[in-house]
Amino acid sequence: MSEAIQYDAAENRAGLTGVKAYLLTSLLVFALMMLAGVVLRAAQGAYINIPPEVFYQIMTLHGAGMVGIAGFAGAGVLWYFLRQYVRLNGKVLWLNYFIFLGGVVLILAAILIGGFAGAWTFLYPLPAQSMGLWSPTAATAYMLGLLVIGTGFLLLYLDIGIALIKRYGGLGRALGVPMMFGAKVDPSHPTTVVAGTMVLIVNFTGIAAGAVVLALCLFNLWQPEYKLDPLLIKNLIYFFGHVFINATIYSGVVAVYELLPKYTGRPWNVSRPFLYAWGAATLMVLAVYPHHLLMDFVMPPWMLVMGQVLSYLSGIPVLAITAYGALTIVYRSGIRWDAASACMLIAMFGWAGGVIPAVIDGTLMVNKVMHNTMWVPGHFHFYLLLGLLPMVIGVCYYLSNNRENGGKPLVDTAALAIYFFGAMGLILAFLAGGADSVPRRWAEHFESWRFLGQLSAVAGGLTLLGFLVITLRNLVKLPQAKIA
Amino acid sequence: MLAESVWILTLVSLVLLSAVFLFVIANSGDERDYSEVQKKWYAIRSKWLLFLFVVGVIVTWATLSPYPITDQHAAADADTTVVKVVGHQWYWEIDNTEYSAGDTVEFHVTSGDVNHGFAIYDEEDRLLTQTQAMPDYVNKVRHTFDRPGAYRVLCMEYCGLAHHAMLAELTVR
Ligand code: HEM
Ligand SMILES: [Cu+2]
Ligand SMILES: [Cu+2]
Repeated sequence: MSEAIQYDAAENRAGLTGVKAYLLTSLLVFALMMLAGVVLRAAQGAYINIPPEVFYQIMTLHGAGMVGIAGFAGAGVLWYFLRQYVRLNGKVLWLNYFIFLGGVVLILAAILIGGFAGAWTFLYPLPAQSMGLWSPTAATAYMLGLLVIGTGFLLLYLDIGIALIKRYGGLGRALGVPMMFGAKVDPSHPTTVVAGTMVLIVNFTGIAAGAVVLALCLFNLWQPEYKLDPLLIKNLIYFFGHVFINATIYSGVVAVYELLPKYTGRPWNVSRPFLYAWGAATLMVLAVYPHHLLMDFVMPPWMLVMGQVLSYLSGIPVLAITAYGALTIVYRSGIRWDAASACMLIAMFGWAGGVIPAVIDGTLMVNKVMHNTMWVPGHFHFYLLLGLLPMVIGVCYYLSNNRENGGKPLVDTAALAIYFFGAMGLILAFLAGGADSVPRRWAEHFESWRFLGQLSAVAGGLTLLGFLVITLRNLVKLPQAKIA
Repeated sequence: MLAESVWILTLVSLVLLSAVFLFVIANSGDERDYSEVQKKWYAIRSKWLLFLFVVGVIVTWATLSPYPITDQHAAADADTTVVKVVGHQWYWEIDNTEYSAGDTVEFHVTSGDVNHGFAIYDEEDRLLTQTQAMPDYVNKVRHTFDRPGAYRVLCMEYCGLAHHAMLAELTVR
């Protein structure tokens, strides 16, 4: 069932070049967007003075840029590992690459030329009602940009979906559904295939919903008499946004499943609990988004309660299966530590750690005093900076060192340490702000809140510094990585 | 205060989580047979799952009863003051901003343009309660003002250029 797919040398070369292009582009964009983030924090800390419209443009750029590139990087990681098990087309990978760049150009033009500052979530009807700050054309360029990027991803997923169906005879089988309900568990069924199928199902659905809502909003921009239901649109936007950003980390985690066994010499096989966890995650990632609408009291109460309960439950597969499984595999394993394996463990810490403030904020009672405070960026920067990014960085190092133990050169150890502690500082300062009722997305902070902004600006600067070293190291080494 | 308890709970959990990771890292050498490790760790995992489940049930029950959100369909009782609130880019239109200590006020919150967030802050800049201000919909949020003082309304949903400057005062005598 799980013999490796055979590719010819040219296919392998093209595939590896594509993955390298994804990873290197991601590193560069992450670094640039981090710089934007540091500027935001410095402005909130009143270290620097920028006009509010510029702050909100940078905030939109940072949000859209980070979410987009996170999806892109996650797709690159997933594609690299998944192609071992199903036949993927390197041309489609490149097609998505260029479509993505096209979308990025539109979004950059919307923000930098058109002054669009509707935040990455383009919540209806703000893009259409800026009070003269940006034009409908700018809003159109932004939304078209997202639509273009979404289309590229849909094509990539289409290729992945067809390949999975061809190989396993259906997405249910690829996800391991028969094994959840009685069929004998086949331990050679790849974990990456299970994870990849989950990502495909949720993200295809999410992006399709995103495309619908973008089309509706675009239509409204040019036919304002055609009104939309703000609550329905909010539901659709948060469904799309939640699924898309979650899918990044569920894509990236295949790196952990693939690399830890290589570094510990212990297998990470599918088992019933593993399959239940991923089956449940598939449903929960799709159904949990109402936790973004807990302060919309007109929502049906059952949906809000569902949002709370599922928020808690979605933490369990991470805390009890994936992170727990990673710890089990590392414990007394004689693991070979290098930058790549260290990143995998950091990623597990970051994901599990991010779950804690997230789940707490997902309770209605707490959300009343935490919703849209700095607590929110606190929890998702935890997942992203210390969960997703280490997955991506780890794969870069793994490939850069030509899949051998890279040893522990001082530069890499130091860069990772600076990155880790900088990110931790940034995250804790966000969370402290949330606990102190500081609202998110505010260009100017009250005087008593500025200290946290200043602390974050310094911590963010360190994060960026560590990340720049990591980026430079891989920029030099990754292009020379050899083919399998 | 709820926010403080939540903050402490988060920090304590993070310290415990770090301790577990550090323990595993410290014991990552000294190679042992995997099946033994698995047996031991999977036994602990069942307990860990049970723990998470029990905590989940208790927390769900404790945080949802009574249901923490103002009933949207019940009419306000006679001794509740009903106050209409409309968010606009970038000011609040509030039809009555002066109450007496002990008053229960039910805010009927909507928006005249884009989404805003209606949040009440006390004199120490602590967030007391909030709801979304959405065009075409009315969200009702009830709050009892125990202490006299100058309260403030802040905007909690990004609404454009002056989102951070969309403030209003509520006076409780
Ligand atoms: C040095 C690292 C970083 C710094 C200093 C930073 C800083 C910030 C700041 C200041 C905000 C706005 C907070 C507010 O609401 O007031 C923000 C928002 C955000 N950040 Fe970051 N960030 C960093 C890294 C990242 C990474 C790695 C990601 C994703 C992969 C990310 C994704 C986001 C998103 C999605 C938002 C929401 C934007 C919005 O509210 O519209 N950030 N960040
Ligand atoms: Cu507002
Ligand atoms: Cu606002």
